[in-house]
Amino acid sequence: MSDKYNSMELMIAIAARNLEDGAVVVVGTGVPCAAAMLAQMTQSPNLTILFEAGGIAPQLPTMPISVGDSRTTHKGLKATSMAEIMELCQAGIVDYCFLGGAQIDKYGNLNSTIIGDDYNKPKTRFPGSGGANDLASLTWRTMVVTPQNKQRFANKVDFITTPGYIEGGTSREDAGLPKGTGPYKVITDIGVYGYHSETKEMMLLSLHPGKTIQDIKDNAEFEVLIPDSYETTMEPTEEELRILREKVDPLKLIIGRG
Amino acid sequence: MDKDILKEGVGEVYASPNSDEMRAFFRNKKKLLENKLTSVKDAVEKYINDGDYLAVGGFGGVRIPTALIHEVVRQKKKNLGFSGHVSTHDCQILSAGGCFDRVDAAYVVGLEARGLSKNSRRMFESGNVKVTEWSNGALSWRFKAAAMGLPYIPSRVMLGTDTFKYSGAKEGLCPFTGQKLALLPSLYPDVAFIHVHRADIYGNCQIDGILVADDDIAKASKRVVITTEKVISNEEIRREPSKTIIPYWCVDVVIEVPFGSYPGNMPGEYYSDEAHITEWLKTEKDPEAFKAFIDKNIHNTKDFYEYLELNGGLEKIKELRKIEHLY
Repeated sequence: MSDKYNSMELMIAIAARNLEDGAVVVVGTGVPCAAAMLAQMTQSPNLTILFEAGGIAPQLPTMPISVGDSRTTHKGLKATSMAEIMELCQAGIVDYCFLGGAQIDKYGNLNSTIIGDDYNKPKTRFPGSGGANDLASLTWRTMVVTPQNKQRFANKVDFITTPGYIEGGTSREDAGLPKGTGPYKVITDIGVYGYHSETKEMMLLSLHPGKTIQDIKDNAEFEVLIPDSYETTMEPTEEELRILREKVDPLKLIIGRG
Repeated sequence: MDKDILKEGVGEVYASPNSDEMRAFFRNKKKLLENKLTSVKDAVEKYINDGDYLAVGGFGGVRIPTALIHEVVRQKKKNLGFSGHVSTHDCQILSAGGCFDRVDAAYVVGLEARGLSKNSRRMFESGNVKVTEWSNGALSWRFKAAAMGLPYIPSRVMLGTDTFKYSGAKEGLCPFTGQKLALLPSLYPDVAFIHVHRADIYGNCQIDGILVADDDIAKASKRVVITTEKVISNEEIRREPSKTIIPYWCVDVVIEVPFGSYPGNMPGEYYSDEAHITEWLKTEKDPEAFKAFIDKNIHNTKDFYEYLELNGGLEKIKELRKIEHLY
């Protein structure tokens, strides 16, 4: 990793570049929110940010601590209900959502419910879906931002909280989920991944500077597809880093974890 | 399984979605414009019974009816059911009292960016709490279906996942298009607790900022208890009827509780007390220390104001107002 930026700053900068001007995105707290703020302050001033609890198009003054707190409607265009936000997603208005999770498999299925074999007596109980299942079912493109390691990149998630491509191939659409939706990118501290157009398996798109294919293998239980050609991730620019550090997250709440 | 049903979740549906029964109930609900002011203590004694299904308004740590939830713990209500659509600090308080034995879970045990509640986790990992999984959207729409007077609502969420498998939803085909749909049973809670910005003595309520699901929850619930930052006159309500989110006929009782969402955020009024919420999360790591903390803050306080006073009182609120308004 470079001494000019840390892994969290890199992931946020990459995520931000994936939000083009004029897009509509639902974000949560933390990295996704930082990425959306950075995008808005750089190439995408007309990015519409939604929060699942009901905030529409705020001009975020500081990072919210809850996806429902008053920052999420600060100078916004509308304060509404959770149902209305999910209805916008279900109607096909929303381009992107950003998610995390305790585990992700090669088809982009996410687990944020339990760790353990016995659902009725879990080893660890996590919050559950929250809005993740809705957003990944209904928005056009799901992006995941997560640090990468063997525990997180799991062969099989203990519980499919949130749908990716389910069992690959056409299984997502066969399950009844809206056509043309699904996992789009996974951004980690090692690389950026997409999905194979037919099998829907996770596939390398770009490798971060200083990282190797071996790093990918060492930090994933499943086999990530490595195509013949892939890119090297563009490093965060000085301008991106400045805005991120001075305006988006001056208290280092998120970037301090990198 | 019905021939029109392709799949069904194994999760229990805790409240009957029978909309005819609820029509009969709502027909008999009093619709007089009468003074509904009461106290937190009386409201909890009278309007929530052991075993009831409770819906809490707001968003976990935003616009929450803290005084009522504390009183449920203080009065040692037991075996409640409750719906957790981003239930964070409210779930944490109810877990501290061991008040529930079944939950419709879309989001529980966590406090969003702040981390997970150890004590809530102990409760959910004990095996003593029945859980039915849902998504936030699914729970919102279950309230909406109830508010619409329908027994269920179709949706396009949860399909293909374990969230569906452990939910109480069913999968069926759309009779018009043939699409697979997740059918969500409506959710009629026995009682709802909702904190609002302003209400008149009849229960007409105004809310600033996001509604979360509270407009629908108020219409879906058999009994509704409102705490309000401020009681305003009926004239003020009538001056701007478009601001009325919850109409009086939904509401059984109203209690004026200024700063009543503390330590949660009240949009436009005061921000959340992050230091105090962090104290909850830290103290929970040691069960003995946490018990003493709950005794001090809830069981040994006579009401919400003694609790607020213990944690900084009006001075703290003034600080949180500054944070809210970004001074």
